[in-house]
Amino acid sequence: MSIKGKAYIVGAYEHPTRKAPDKSVAQLHAECAVGALKDAGLTKDDIDGYICAGDAPGMGPINMIDYMNLTKIRFMDSTDVGGSSYLLHVGHAAQAIALGRASVVLITLAGRPRSEGQATGTAPRAGNPLVPDTQFEQQYAAVTGNGYAMVAARHMYEYGTTSEQLAWIKVAASHHAQYNEHAMLRDVVTVEDVVNSPMVATPLHRLDCCVISDGGGALIVTSPEIAKSLKRPLVKVIGAGESPKGQLGGMVDLTYSGAVRSGAAAWAESGVKPSDIKYASIYDSFTITVLMQLEDLGFCARGQGGKFVSDGNLISGVGKLPFNTDGGGLCNNHPANRGGITKVIEAVRQLRGEAHPKVQVPNCDIALAHGTGGMLGTRHGSATLIMERE
Amino acid sequence: MARKMFPSVPSAENAAFWAAAEAGTLMVPKCKSCGKSHWYPRALCPHCFSDDIELIPSKGTGTIYSWSHMPRAPEPFTIAYVTLAEGVTVLTNIVDCDPTTLKIGQSVKLAWQKVEGGPQVWVYTPA
Repeated sequence: MSIKGKAYIVGAYEHPTRKAPDKSVAQLHAECAVGALKDAGLTKDDIDGYICAGDAPGMGPINMIDYMNLTKIRFMDSTDVGGSSYLLHVGHAAQAIALGRASVVLITLAGRPRSEGQATGTAPRAGNPLVPDTQFEQQYAAVTGNGYAMVAARHMYEYGTTSEQLAWIKVAASHHAQYNEHAMLRDVVTVEDVVNSPMVATPLHRLDCCVISDGGGALIVTSPEIAKSLKRPLVKVIGAGESPKGQLGGMVDLTYSGAVRSGAAAWAESGVKPSDIKYASIYDSFTITVLMQLEDLGFCARGQGGKFVSDGNLISGVGKLPFNTDGGGLCNNHPANRGGITKVIEAVRQLRGEAHPKVQVPNCDIALAHGTGGMLGTRHGSATLIMERE
Repeated sequence: MARKMFPSVPSAENAAFWAAAEAGTLMVPKCKSCGKSHWYPRALCPHCFSDDIELIPSKGTGTIYSWSHMPRAPEPFTIAYVTLAEGVTVLTNIVDCDPTTLKIGQSVKLAWQKVEGGPQVWVYTPA
């Protein structure tokens, strides 16, 4: 049993806001739902499945379902693996659809860390003492930025990766963001700009880090029958994989992520290989996140990520693997500190041929989206999604 | 001046570990069933699920597996993973050091840092 070909993404909507002090988080979720329904050509009463992550206001999906008054729900989920949740949610939606447990599944994300003044990656926050690792770790202030930075430092030590190589990832994202009118950072930057920006957590500079933005997004996943009755280009889910990774009982290894396993599952299910991928959305909380995932997913050999991303290889129209053509989390948007949904949305735009003409990949028939949620350096969730234009 | 830390809230599960820490000994849990050490401390071995765990006093030495310094933090500090002589890799801070000279693979030794409102915690300094 596989989800391959059993579900289609027919609605994809990215909220245009990047700062929303006058809106509530629930309102942003609902506005994204409206946008995705309009994109798909469906109505509220068509929705019989709903998924959000654990950060949505309320108890799992319950309060958001009630807020939107979705009265036909027969499938719900709120698996929370941080920013990668929404990629995993598409896989879960496809499973429900394949089993006939739902026919139209809505997935929403929204948040306002920017309006709330959250120093997401740099300020220590007190942990929940009931979480088993908190009493052994929170005192040392792994604040996201330095957690990812330790992964970068180890990669540099093991493989000779350089700050200039990491910088190419940001440079590529900025080349794409210049065409996105909604992107937070639209200026094209150079390798020198990145390595000369202030050091946040050695060896990561400010421009190695993603933006902090308000906003959100929504997706609608449906059955082949319904998808084919709509007037949108057909984007079929052909493979999905998910995997956690942690400290392995103290046998810490920062040289790979959960993408090794989530990617392998998605490749196997889809039957395609890295060289078949015309466009890739790769989670870019930090530049190092992208480099690790490219290696783990098999786009290049372990340790060769630095070389792979250099010289514009990720820039659409220039390199071999166009990535994050919306500008990604590094330049465009990282709504609610969770970049997974925008990864799927831009992949859908590419497969439909609806990306900005300056970054649209010609004949984009197979795309991959991948996310890392939580903290790469301690414990995280990985999710991989492979999609095909029909 | 030591950086202000959030105090740890010891769980009942790890009372013996924290009592030893308060007395100045870092304990590393070791499973008597599978023979493997683990970190962070748990009542059940994360390698084999046995509950036959003994606490072994750490030798207090290790090497830096990775580290990162945050120079722009209100109180600049250095986070690190240190691989202990006992074989486990622990999240910690490197203190009393010049962060421009730290290196992966460098030897470090155990020190204790007082925390307001909680038990003292293990940190490391260059050996």
